[in-house]
Amino acid sequence: MSVDKEIAILGIGMHPWGKWGKNFVEYGVKACREAIADAGVSWRDVQFVSGAATMRCGYPGYVAGATFAQALGWQGAEVNTSYAACASGSQALAAARSKILSGQCDVALVVGSDTTPKGFLKPAPGDRPDDPDWVRFRLGITNPSYFALYARRRMEVYGDTLDDFAAVKVKNAEHGFNNPNARYRKKFSLEDVANSAMVADPLRLMDICATSDGAAALVVSSLDFARKLGRQDAVRIAAISTVTPTFASGVVEMPDIATDSAAAVDAHRFRAALPAKAYEEAGIGPEDVSVAEVYDLSTALELDWYEDLQLCPRGEAAALVRAGDTRIGGRIPVNPSGGLACFGEAVPAQALAQVCELTHQLRGTAGDRQVEQARVGITANQGLFGHGSSVILKR
Amino acid sequence: MAKSQAPVLEGWFAVENGEPHLIGTRCESCGTYYFPKQSLFCRNPACDGETFEEVPLSRRGTVWSFTNAMYQPPEPFVAEDPHVPYTILAVELEREKMIVLGQGVKGLECADLKAGMEVELVLDTLFETEDQETITWKWAPVA
Repeated sequence: MSVDKEIAILGIGMHPWGKWGKNFVEYGVKACREAIADAGVSWRDVQFVSGAATMRCGYPGYVAGATFAQALGWQGAEVNTSYAACASGSQALAAARSKILSGQCDVALVVGSDTTPKGFLKPAPGDRPDDPDWVRFRLGITNPSYFALYARRRMEVYGDTLDDFAAVKVKNAEHGFNNPNARYRKKFSLEDVANSAMVADPLRLMDICATSDGAAALVVSSLDFARKLGRQDAVRIAAISTVTPTFASGVVEMPDIATDSAAAVDAHRFRAALPAKAYEEAGIGPEDVSVAEVYDLSTALELDWYEDLQLCPRGEAAALVRAGDTRIGGRIPVNPSGGLACFGEAVPAQALAQVCELTHQLRGTAGDRQVEQARVGITANQGLFGHGSSVILKR
Repeated sequence: MAKSQAPVLEGWFAVENGEPHLIGTRCESCGTYYFPKQSLFCRNPACDGETFEEVPLSRRGTVWSFTNAMYQPPEPFVAEDPHVPYTILAVELEREKMIVLGQGVKGLECADLKAGMEVELVLDTLFETEDQETITWKWAPVA
């Protein structure tokens, strides 16, 4: 895509992640107000509100766009709500971009917010043998089961070790230590990780991310509008990839009980397809990336992402973490925010939180977490039912 | 009195000549296999097949990866009290070119497993109540 297909990020806002037990609207409004103030616009300037839905907070969550438009004070803006599991925030952002690039609006607010229950994420109630999510829980296969299968596969094929996985946690804990929006701000050693309870062999409690409450919001605009505000130097969104898998999907994905059969056509890797489309759209390659925010649902999964983002050849991700390449100060820092390891997952907010962090990094306002000379950032995440996204930011 | 037995999922597996197998379907146009069964539309984007034959899936495969469940999963899983950890295997079927998940047989541990190992499908208890045993497929190392 050419330059005129880009949009500007005028403002970012977040509500700190935690287990606050309050209504998700409260977190979201805080994030929206912060983003609007950061953008230097007024709420009445916002012509489009694009919300990421939450499935756990009743009807207001299903219509998140309208919920926040009302909470901020109905002012006639158009609304949209997107649901795409972990990629909901990116799809809401993509809806805003379409509206802006088609000339239908200048300024849009994008928001995702969630209040999460305790413990394992559960399927919806009732007997539903036609629902793969019900089937796998019935058979005793939880989210950590899938993460652990991927992790063990790395150990079996590439020789990754438990210490390699733990090193990801140690790195992310250091990164998030001073992040005011992170839920867990504590440094850990390899021994701390090794001493935590085994959940799904080879993954321990500290290898797996928690679920959190939290909210993130962005104010985005056309480049013209940004220029008129004197913000021609604003961080830009150069690509948003929300591609679906290509049949036959060769890695068993949550919540499925089996992969596609590759008996008639070749197998494909979904995770790798997400950033590949983003690179193509932005007209850049992995060698141009200065910093990445990836979905570390587990420590081992962060290593898979290094390879899917093409930051290293397949099978060599553990060498990157061992060499310190992905720490702040290293060759290609990953998860300077602290990642899900320090945040815990707040599904509709998480993809937007990744964009907020990269905006800080590209503006040079990340404080202790600043990656020097950050010019291009990429996010990556993947969720249930063929959803995922990858967003590229540049300045 | 013997407990009655019921499959955890109706029509997902069967026993033939004393040997259990998963029940899949195969697209009559392109040959793609499906598990769980697909009988309406082929999902291969290059195929518009709408007719399928029901086929037994391979009873044997090789371990792609494995893990265990140290904590009790939420409902609709029915746990023993206290929870007894079990293994979960991802098994590659060569003919079908697909990976199928399932629990490992009782007593199987991660230390017993290795990628590439040959395993076979067996039927075993998933959980039981006072008068009924719920049956599922599990994977067992080939002796």
